[in-house]
Amino acid sequence: MTEGQILIEEYETGNTKHEWNFKKLKSSHKILAEYKYKREEIQRGYANRTLYVNLDTGEIKEKKVTEDMKKKFTGGRGFGLKLLWDSIKPTTRWDSEENELIITTGPLCGVTQYPGSGKSLCVTISPSTDIICDSNVGGFFGPYLKFAGFDAIEIQGKAKEDVVIVVDGEKGKISIETAPKEETNSHLISEQLTYMYASEENDKSRQKISVVSAGTAAENSYWGCLNFSFYDIRRKVPRLKQAGRGGLGTVLRDKKIKAIVAKVEKFDGVANNPADPATLAKLGTKLHKEIRDLDRYQCNMRSVGTVHLVEIMDEYDLLPTENYRFGSFPKASKIYSPEFYKLFTKIIPDGCWHGCTMACAKTVDGFTVMTGPYKGQKVTVDGPEYETVGCGANMSLWDPLWILEFNFYCDTYGLDTISTGTAIAFYMEMYEYGILNKERCDGLELCFGNAKAALELIHRIARGDQGEFTKIAGKGVRRVKDWLIKKKWGDKQLINDCGMESKGLEYSEYVTKESLAMQGGYGLTLKGPQHDEAWLIFMDMVNNAIPTFGDKAEALHYFPMWRTWFGLNGLCKLPWNDIEPANNAETDDPSKVPEHVQNYVEYQNAVTGWNVDKEELILQSERCYNWQRSMNVWLGRGRRKDDWIPYRSMGPVTEVEYNSRKERYDKQLVEKLGHEEDEIEEMDIKKKMEILYDYRQNQYQKLADAVYYRRGWTPNGIPTPQKMKQLGMDDPKMLKMLQEKIDEDEKAGLNKWSGKYGKEEEPPSNDPHYWEKWD
Amino acid sequence: MGKNETVKILKFHAEKCNGCLDCEKACSQIQFKTDSGGDKSAIRIIKKSGSYEMNVCNQCGLCIDVCPVGALTRRKTGVVTLDKNTCIGCQACVGFCPIEGMKKSDERIEPFKCISCGACVRACSEEALELVEVKIDDVKKVVYYKQGA
Repeated sequence: MTEGQILIEEYETGNTKHEWNFKKLKSSHKILAEYKYKREEIQRGYANRTLYVNLDTGEIKEKKVTEDMKKKFTGGRGFGLKLLWDSIKPTTRWDSEENELIITTGPLCGVTQYPGSGKSLCVTISPSTDIICDSNVGGFFGPYLKFAGFDAIEIQGKAKEDVVIVVDGEKGKISIETAPKEETNSHLISEQLTYMYASEENDKSRQKISVVSAGTAAENSYWGCLNFSFYDIRRKVPRLKQAGRGGLGTVLRDKKIKAIVAKVEKFDGVANNPADPATLAKLGTKLHKEIRDLDRYQCNMRSVGTVHLVEIMDEYDLLPTENYRFGSFPKASKIYSPEFYKLFTKIIPDGCWHGCTMACAKTVDGFTVMTGPYKGQKVTVDGPEYETVGCGANMSLWDPLWILEFNFYCDTYGLDTISTGTAIAFYMEMYEYGILNKERCDGLELCFGNAKAALELIHRIARGDQGEFTKIAGKGVRRVKDWLIKKKWGDKQLINDCGMESKGLEYSEYVTKESLAMQGGYGLTLKGPQHDEAWLIFMDMVNNAIPTFGDKAEALHYFPMWRTWFGLNGLCKLPWNDIEPANNAETDDPSKVPEHVQNYVEYQNAVTGWNVDKEELILQSERCYNWQRSMNVWLGRGRRKDDWIPYRSMGPVTEVEYNSRKERYDKQLVEKLGHEEDEIEEMDIKKKMEILYDYRQNQYQKLADAVYYRRGWTPNGIPTPQKMKQLGMDDPKMLKMLQEKIDEDEKAGLNKWSGKYGKEEEPPSNDPHYWEKWD
Repeated sequence: MGKNETVKILKFHAEKCNGCLDCEKACSQIQFKTDSGGDKSAIRIIKKSGSYEMNVCNQCGLCIDVCPVGALTRRKTGVVTLDKNTCIGCQACVGFCPIEGMKKSDERIEPFKCISCGACVRACSEEALELVEVKIDDVKKVVYYKQGA
């Protein structure tokens, strides 16, 4: 709770201290493979090579980054997709030998002048979705990987025993070492390895190490996250940021990787060797000043991080409570940001990479753990972020301390808080309906609000308990839905409507019932329902700025492309629109934050020496976005049926929900569906819900039609070879595959629009084969 | 905070200044080994409506809290100093300085600042500059503001 001007050496977290015998730990390491490489300078943001590690064969090699690869894939996630395409098969699944875990950087990654420039992008085949999952994460690993000499690390195969992979940029050496004695849980192993691999026993040396790990729960569930460490010289702890979504930590542990360590000898503000460092410094300073002057009046990120959203979402009926049944709750003020502000340690800076003055990575230090193996110990809790607090609301946990407990254990066990929280919320709702009960839940009373039961389930998953429920629960909503239906414990439609997953991935924490565009923002996506592609709720629902299907489709083209761009470059999205210039509202297109878009144009040019404009930034994304969708098609998914979303995200599933917002829904039946007021008053609620159900389902299909058309895809959602060629993506194997899949769809009668259109309405094109004319 | 509770800061007597900028030249000699002054000087003299104003670090130390790598510290003399070898050039201190006293030249990525060395005072033939001793507590600023303030 200390404020300001604390001498770095004097700051105390009050955390429980650990004594490790590093000699013993290190002497139990056996070197399985080693590779020496020549260190070279980064050139205008690129190391110009990637690192390939095969855990099965012990092969370690460098791959060259070609100019063609930069032109087509830019970097970051784009490079990840390219490397994956070259290495896997359409039959590859998450636990296949050939599946890869890829961590990438991006040309702007590691820049220190512009806030939010330290992101890594991780790519793999997800256990939850069987398609590509990309997940972005802060922490020092990405910049250090690049400064050590690589634009990406690509790990294939599985080790036979627990290993650490060490990328030693100081010695120019990669090694695979057995690691039998280290802890697995992240808050401990990241500390052990930081101390063990630091060249000297001081904080400066420790700050030059970053560790990627996932805890024990990642071994037993599909929710495994990757924890990326960044050593905090003030708190003297390696703090953690998560690549949360899609089970990347599960893949890490399936490969028997205990950790990946990156180490740099030294780096400075021009380690990327940018083309124009003076412009970079000017752009960065301009944004620092904006943040200094305006953040406190805008998002207050520097004080409370993303938690500032809790009260806003609650006010607009968007905070998911009790498994998204409601968007606000009378008890919600107990978890508003001021409550967390009381708990956060108020020292600055809190950026997850150097120079990020948004500083949203808040912590609670000296938190006393209440349950489980670390009960009674005092620890640093990284977060919570808005999403994690949203999970609290979703499980009806209204005590900040229990949210911190949930946050701490999810992190250290290597669980994605979003998937874990959303799934448990679904189990709790099923418990309320008697579809689940104490017996079916291995003795847990998993009802809404029971924090102890939720934590106990997490501990059981981490321990690898073999209870039938525990085992299936950790595999997520989709598997549990199938399990409940198979057991015939409840109504199939109710179960499918309530379980908040799409493509096998759990929803993140926003209620989308009243925003059709945002339903598309979650459903018409590459990896699944995550708000990183588009966040259109205010634009759509509050401001009614995108009223037509065409408007919504345009937004669902532009924003996913724009947001994809950050991941190609190693950037965080937050400094784009979580801080806005003072005059932003007066610009042509405030939702795009034009001045900041221009910053990014100049930023990319200043690093790479290119001469791109804002249209080219979108094209960079469009190439990779379409490539990823095409790869999903190749993997047997990526069609309209895979863009299905549960009805809970579209409208009221239960009578309780309808009645809780009766006025709103009744009004829509009158205004949008042309029913008479008297008729509605007399109508049975079941009938009203049915009408609304059909209407909203059809709206979603019409939206999908419009979006696929705008993106240049077939009516079944496949990127067309013609579109790919327009974008310059001319890989013959890819184009041939797409044409074959389109032909298959044609035979199956799937190349037609799916919305039901009324008399005065039209599908996006009268020719459902509109793209064929582009040849 | 160190035991020393005072710090020397620059005081400007505008009425004595003749705008010769010898102070800037002396400073850039210290900072960059050049007498070009201007953006290579930590002290800047700005002409404003017939008079002169000084812009220079006031040793408030707010920048100490924004530095992610601990390159900025308050020395035993009370002076806030930037360690160029530790600095990673992020410009957070430049952007957050409330009086724009932290300086940046295109010559190198690391910023620089007044270290109260007195070179400018000695260079001023008009005695318009003076180093005065003030209590650190009177000039100190901390970055963290109360929520909503």
